[in-house]
Amino acid sequence: MTPVLSARSLTFTYGTATALRGVSVDVEPGELLAITGASGSGKSTLLLCLAGILRPQTGDVVFGTRLGDLAEAQRSKLRRGPFGVVFQFGQLVPELTAEENVALPLLLSRTSRREAFAAAHDLLGRFGVAEVAGKRPGQVSGGQQQRIALARAMVTSPRVLFADEPTGALDSLTSEAVLSEIVRIARDDETAVVLVTHDATVAAYADREVVMRDGQLDPPTETMRTDGAA
Amino acid sequence: MSTTHVVLGLLSQGERHGYDLKRDHDATFAQARPLAFGQVYAALDKLARDGLVKASAGGRVGGPDRTSYALTSAGRRALLAWLAEVEPPVPHVANALFTKVAVALLVDDTGETSKDYLRRQRQAHMARMREFTKLKLARKAPLAQVLAADYAIAHLDADLRWIDTALARADQLRDEMLATSVAKERR
Repeated sequence: MTPVLSARSLTFTYGTATALRGVSVDVEPGELLAITGASGSGKSTLLLCLAGILRPQTGDVVFGTRLGDLAEAQRSKLRRGPFGVVFQFGQLVPELTAEENVALPLLLSRTSRREAFAAAHDLLGRFGVAEVAGKRPGQVSGGQQQRIALARAMVTSPRVLFADEPTGALDSLTSEAVLSEIVRIARDDETAVVLVTHDATVAAYADREVVMRDGQLDPPTETMRTDGAA
Repeated sequence: MSTTHVVLGLLSQGERHGYDLKRDHDATFAQARPLAFGQVYAALDKLARDGLVKASAGGRVGGPDRTSYALTSAGRRALLAWLAEVEPPVPHVANALFTKVAVALLVDDTGETSKDYLRRQRQAHMARMREFTKLKLARKAPLAQVLAADYAIAHLDADLRWIDTALARADQLRDEMLATSVAKERR
């Protein structure tokens, strides 16, 4: 199968600290890939490079085209279209309601207000948080905020969803509900999901796992399927 | 814990008397219950019957306590085959996992055999955890099934945390075991 996203020989340094040392990884359409590893292993940096948020010093990420060839504005545009991104803390705009937060990426892409809010309403319903559509992030629980953030990441019908520790701040049952939604996204919408986590119980929701250690994949040239196949 | 495999692992470092094997075992697995002499000789008898160790020809002086034993090529093959197998990923296997890591370090002091084993064990544990996660995600899964899966996942997770920590500390453990072994040689 042709990968939807492909990274080759990525290196990235923060000042003198090397976060990625020649990492290559492919993401298949509709697969849920977990990137795991200890704190400081480079897993979040890898996700940020894959999502075009960080620009690797060497190597490149290919999503139809080489992300390195795109100007900053074009890469930002990816995150309002084919790339959805969600972090540990939903990073919702506190002044906006849940519905406005979810509609925002579409409004920024000049979709009509009517269409944007209809799509937002649908997604809030799908993620089980329609009842808080008119509330601001500070008025809802952490689990609800994370579902709203997922709805916002999915509102543009992305081909790849990037999630960095999306359940890191949630209790186990809420975490389970959010992860079930993420699995459903990958299965039903054939959206590829790249999930960064330090938690094996979260990685167990994925189809495949790559382990980062000291800025490299461990083992360096192999990815491990969680079903045991190489 | 498999005493016979541990004995094979200790013999991978060279010919030993039963007494040496007991002493090396207790030093290597300081947290485990000390090995009784009876267990050592029972394991050696079984291994000798199976052709995995042989009594040294020159060592049989003054009774069985002076007999020294060496690994045969069949014994080395059996030991490597055991090290190549991952343990069944079930709850409460941590002791067996540590035993295998320590024996792997006796066989290969570069530490690569133990790391390779830990990586494969991690993969087996993850595969099992994924099976339990799938059970939980099944539509209309009975709550009793979900709770049983929760229990198994929590135990597998504890092992996985240990495996990750052991991988991170593998080089340190290798250095410590090598240092102990060098100190013993000097005595």
